[in-house]
Amino acid sequence: MKRVLIPLVLFIALAVFLALGLKLDPREVPSPLIGKPAPDFKTETLADPSRVIQRDDLRGKVWILNVWASWCGACRDEHPLLVDFARGRSLTLIGLNYKDERSAGDAWLARFGNPYTDSLFDPQGRIGLDYGVYGVPETFVIDRQGVVRYKHIGALTPEALKTKVEPLLAQLSK
Amino acid sequence: MRRWLISAFLCLISGWSLAQTARPVAEDPVLEARMLALATELRCLVCQNQTIADSHAELAIDLRQQIRDQLRQGRDETQIRAFMTDRYGDFVLYRPPVSERTALLWFGPGMLLVLGLASLIFILRRRSRLGAEAFDPDEADDPARTP
Repeated sequence: MKRVLIPLVLFIALAVFLALGLKLDPREVPSPLIGKPAPDFKTETLADPSRVIQRDDLRGKVWILNVWASWCGACRDEHPLLVDFARGRSLTLIGLNYKDERSAGDAWLARFGNPYTDSLFDPQGRIGLDYGVYGVPETFVIDRQGVVRYKHIGALTPEALKTKVEPLLAQLSK
Repeated sequence: MRRWLISAFLCLISGWSLAQTARPVAEDPVLEARMLALATELRCLVCQNQTIADSHAELAIDLRQQIRDQLRQGRDETQIRAFMTDRYGDFVLYRPPVSERTALLWFGPGMLLVLGLASLIFILRRRSRLGAEAFDPDEADDPARTP
């Protein structure tokens, strides 16, 4: 009896490990930025080259940083969600226009709607590099003290907004 | 004879016009080699099974340039590695640091090997103590065979 059980137990253990492995998403790399101050930046906005925004301008506010680009297909899928989410809410939603051209970015917003309070213009991707961006779109939630509290890699989903972002915003805005 | 000489001379010098010194692959081969050595230790996050040195992803190209720039500024390998892990976490390192979280990764294979060897020795020892009759071939369709 024992002899039969040993391979069975081994098989079950292996199956459990493999099943867990299938469930894990290797793209979900935990960001080392969580719990750390948001990296500094100072750049012009997409809409107005003469207007400069820096990180500390946002101090005291709970804000969302959403990385997007006109060349990014997944951003287009995500965009209606953001437009919807920002509507009728006093939300500081900062876009990071990543490795894009100004005219293309402007046209994209004109076409699909602009939910952003402002979009930072980052044609070389320098700000993106400091934020560890590797798959656009990415979304960060940053608290009043300027600390990164949450990062979402890839297009936001209605579930992620409802179960993660919304409760976190409510908690941080208290 | 003179014609011969002239044509031989012309043949000889025609080689010079074709020959060219090989162009250097990079402006600074030493820097490039240091950059590549470091880049082969770093994972590209876009195509995760490639190193930054191998990958053609735009992020990898940017990060290679970043390594070049920082080496040129005189920062050393440890500082650049820290720059990368600050942004992308230990996941970018193909040789992650030994810590509580990575202990299983580092020592798991060794432990499995020891476990395998131990059970092999255990089984061999037990068999060596068995009498010769234990190694007789089984009789076909012997109902007593199943325990």
